[in-house]
Formats: sequence, structure tokens, C-alpha cells
Amino acid sequence: MSARLKAAFRPAAAMGLALAAVAIVLAALGASPLAVAADLADGACGNWIAVTDTLAKATPLVFCGLAVAIAFHGSLWNIGADGQPVAGALAAGALGPALAGWPHPLAIGAILGAGALGGALWGGIAGWLRARRNVNEVIGTIMLNFIAAQMLSWAVHGPLMEPSGAFPASAKIAAAARLRLYFAPSRLNLAMALAVALALVCELGLFRTAAGFQLRALGRNRRASAFFGVPIARITVGAMALSGALAGLGGAVQISAITHRLYETISPGWGYEAIAVALVARLSPLGVVPAAILFGALDNGSQVMQRADGISPELVYVVQALVIIVLLAFDAAAAGGWREFLGGGAPAAAMEADDA
Amino acid sequence: MMLDAFAASTVAMATPIMLAALGELLVERAGVINIGIEGAMLAGAFAAIAAVHATGATLAGVAAAIAAGAAINALFALVAVNLAVNQVVAGTAIDLLALGLTGVLYRRIFGATGRAFTVAPMRPVALGPLARVPIVGRALFDQSALVYLAFMLVPAIAWTLGRTRFGLRLRAAGERPEAADALGLGVYRQRWIALVAAGVMSGLGGAYLTLAWANTFVEGITAGRGYVALAVVIVGRWNAWGVAAAALMFGGAMALQFVLQAAAPAIPYQLFLALPYLLTVAVLAIVGGTSDAPAALGEPYVRP
Repeated sequence: MSARLKAAFRPAAAMGLALAAVAIVLAALGASPLAVAADLADGACGNWIAVTDTLAKATPLVFCGLAVAIAFHGSLWNIGADGQPVAGALAAGALGPALAGWPHPLAIGAILGAGALGGALWGGIAGWLRARRNVNEVIGTIMLNFIAAQMLSWAVHGPLMEPSGAFPASAKIAAAARLRLYFAPSRLNLAMALAVALALVCELGLFRTAAGFQLRALGRNRRASAFFGVPIARITVGAMALSGALAGLGGAVQISAITHRLYETISPGWGYEAIAVALVARLSPLGVVPAAILFGALDNGSQVMQRADGISPELVYVVQALVIIVLLAFDAAAAGGWREFLGGGAPAAAMEADDA
Repeated sequence: MMLDAFAASTVAMATPIMLAALGELLVERAGVINIGIEGAMLAGAFAAIAAVHATGATLAGVAAAIAAGAAINALFALVAVNLAVNQVVAGTAIDLLALGLTGVLYRRIFGATGRAFTVAPMRPVALGPLARVPIVGRALFDQSALVYLAFMLVPAIAWTLGRTRFGLRLRAAGERPEAADALGLGVYRQRWIALVAAGVMSGLGGAYLTLAWANTFVEGITAGRGYVALAVVIVGRWNAWGVAAAALMFGGAMALQFVLQAAAPAIPYQLFLALPYLLTVAVLAIVGGTSDAPAALGEPYVRP
């Protein structure tokens, strides 16, 4: 078996187990797991529109998944890939209407740049709190998630509300700032290409640059890397800001390509889903792309499932949760061997990614 | 009159947070960080309403909330303690699991569009003349049993942690797990006990939300209170009295919304909703982070 196939085995098995567990839950609820699976598959990839919608749903997830993967490499537990894309979307949605008359490429650059900056600010605050005020980034990012959500709500009810004032949404962004949908009505657009390119950049940056090495060193052993001269504070703030920028881009492309305006519910829970994506990808930036598409397909399929079977789309959260739990358990078991697993002990390094 | 109402809603808002945070205090003193509190509260909130729906008895709801919270935390303990995986990631999964399961079950049991199922509120128990004391009377002495329980748990947990052999063992697991294990104190055991107890308290906090406060269930009713509880433990400096004070402070911040929204409609209500989180960030930025934290907090322990 090739190394890459081997690396994919555990996530695939975890996914299979999680889906099997969900099938049991469905059966217990009196639904037919097979019918639900068929509707899920139909909704995810039953026709051309479904396939492209899956890709469109997966696109912000790639950005957020990259954000989580980068941060986790430094043992920075960024739970903020929900607030960071919201901050990015806010910046993009606020700037977007003002870009009328700009040349298309410039307007796109501006709106995506604004998104990245918004996200970087949000991630950077958490990084600064961690580096300078010793505030655990888990707490920091979670609190900032809630603050971002309320800021968005305030913005679309207040200063950014669309002119008629009838709906809690912002004014539409300028046509110049909209990513083109090449095969309308399908939502296929260039954001996925950007996401894949950034995944490649992240892969190279993480494994082929000094800063990437320092970040990974920090992740392995904070004290030792300080001893060897890694600028801990700078790497922490920088990594969190970069992570936030990636997530912020995810929010901005959603505005630029799909919604064209801000809504209160712009994030369907990207932050948590991104953690599942990053783990299934084994924290490999390139692996984030297929993992995000997989979860995007689940999200997309769940809508047909809801209509056809009356099952709440929140079932997808259960799948995500079980994938994470099973994958963690697999890693622990593999690291400690099944005998030790059954005996109650397993190594701590269980969730580290296999280095490329 | 207004102070009266403010004090009462401060206590009402603080109670579920206090219950969950006191549980998390035990868990963190045992060396585990559990960000799955939100999930345990949500599971408790849902189990409570589902049990009342099925049986009509409030007590059944409370019992179901206890069972659900304990079960969720037992799952977390299995993964985070026995398998020694990353606690933050495992906790996130627990939150997602509870959010998903309660959402799916809610629609399955109560229907997607049907009218919300409401319960009769848990009856407040007035403590005689104390309930008529100005300002704090209604807030402290005319509340449901769960409120009294939350307040009684504060000295009980302070005493348990500080003055009992059990508390010493628990803290040993959180400060020096290797040493505790070498002495045969059973690190896994202590962490399991703390987590199951915390599950019970989080479940009760959830039950308070549905049975005593909202009198119904909506998806995601906990609305981040579990995460606020996490912050309360830090702001309260890992000490039961501090946790109680911090919970009341956050409860007050949440209660401000009800008082000020009418008095000052110009202030956007989102500011009030964000206040507990802004307060957390501000307090932590000023006082700084984790210097008082248990030494082994968040580190999975692997028996050598």
C-alpha cells in the first residue's frame, strides 16, 4: 500500500464507522438508513447542479479547514474558525457596496483582501491574548466567536442594513466585486481554485520554510523551542493571524461568490466543521481539500434528506462529531496498540499528524 | 422595584452558569479541560423537556437531565481520560454531538413546525419572611429548588476541594498526576468522578433552562452558556467562591439586557448579548491568563 493510501485509511475507516453509527441512530428513530443514504447521495452529487453546489459549499470549508490545520500544527487550538470567517465576511460585506465602478480584478482583490484582514484581526487578537496576556487561545477564540456573531447581527440590523430596511441583511455588494459564476445556474466559481492554490502554499510554507518549521517545533514542545530561540510570541501571533486570515477569506468568498450580501446566519457552523475537516485531513493542508469536499457533500445532501425523509439536517453535526471521536480513538489505539488501549493507557501524542 | 427585578434575573441567569461552572471547577482541578460543557447542558436541557413531555412529571425531567449530562460526560471521559486524546478537540466533538442529537431528536419528537411544547414552570419555593427582604429577597429566597442547590453547592465544593481527603486526591490528579498515580491515588478514577459529577451539574443547569426559565426547548437553547461557564472558572481563579462570584457577575451582565433594553432603547441589544463575552476577554486581558491554573490542566495523563 502506498504511503498516501495508508494515511487515508484511518480517516476513511473513521468516516465509515461514524456513518454506520448514524445509520443505527436513524433506524432507532424509525427512518430507513438506506433511503436516507440514497437521498443524501442524490442531494450531494445526483446531478450537475448538486455536484457544483457541493463544491460551492465546500469552498469556505477549505479555507476554514486550512486555518484550523495551520493553527493546530503549532498546538494553537483555534476554535475560532467560526468568528474569523464572520469577521472576514463583515469586512467584505461592508466594503463590497463601495466598490462600484472598480475594475473587476481590483474589486475582487479588494473585497478578498478586506476579508483576509478582518479574519487576521480576529485571529490576531486571540494570538496576542495568548502570547502577551497568557490567555488560553481556546477561551479567547470561543469568546471572539460570540462577539463576532453579535457584531454581525448588529451590523445587518443597524449600520449596514440594506436601504429599504425591510430585511436584516446588508446592501448588495457591487457587481464588480462578485466572483463570476461561469456556468450559471451552477455556482461553480474560481474561489475553489484559489482555495486549492492556498492549500498548496500552506503545504509548502508549513514543511519547506523556516517559519513553518518553527511553528511545528512550537507545536511539539513549547519550552524546548523557546530554548532553541524560536520567537514564541511572534510565531504565536503570526500563526493565529494567518489562520484567521485564511478563515476570513472563507467568509469573504462566500459573500463575493454566493450571497452577495451579509446575513445574520452567514456561517452554518464552519468553525466546528473545519475541525472535523482538518482532523480527517490529518492536518495536511493538501488533504484539507478532499476532506472539505466530503463534508461539503454531506451538508449539501442533508437538504434533500430533510425534504425527503423529514430528518433534521443537524444529523450532519452528529456525523462530524462521531468522525472526530472515532478518529481520535483510532489514533490513540494505533499509537498505543490495542492491548494498551484496552488496558486504559495510550500515548499523549495521539493526535499529531504524520509528518509529510 | 427595578433593583428587585434586576437582582432576581441576575440570579436566574447566573444559576445554570454557576451549576455548570462548579462542575467544570472540579474537572479542571482534576487536570481536565472540558469544552464539552455546552453539550452536556444542552443534552440536559433536552432530556428534561423530553422526559416531562413523556411523563408529565417535573421530577422525571430533572432525573433525565442528570442522566443525560452524566452520560455525555462519561463519553467524554472515556475518550479524553482513558484514551488520553486531545481534550479540546474531544470537547468540541461532544458539543457537536449534543447539538446534532438534540436537534434531530427534537424534530423527531416534537415535529418541525408544530407549536413549541411548553411546561409548567418549576414552582418557586419561598423561604418564609426571608423572601420579603427588600431587593435580594425575591432573588435569593423565592426561587426554584435548583437555585438553592446551586448556591448550596458553593460551600460544599469549596469544603470538598479544600478540606477533604477526596478533594486532596482530586487536586493531586490535576497538579502532579504522575506523583498521584505513583501514590496509588488513581488519576483516571479522580478524573472520572469529577467528570461524571460535572455532567450531573451541567445537566441540572440545562434542566434549569428548560424547566424553570424558558419552560420550553429551542434548538441551541444553551446559547453559549457552557462556554461562559468555562470562562467563569478562569475568572473565578479555580476557586468555588470565586466561581460563584464570577457566575453572578456574568449573570448580572446578562440580566442588564432586560433592565436596560427598556430604559435605553438606543443601545443595540446585541451589545448586551455580547457583554458576557466582551467582559471575559476584557477581564482576562487585564488580569492575565492561566497563572493559577492547575499545573497539569489539559494535559492527557498516560499511565507509564
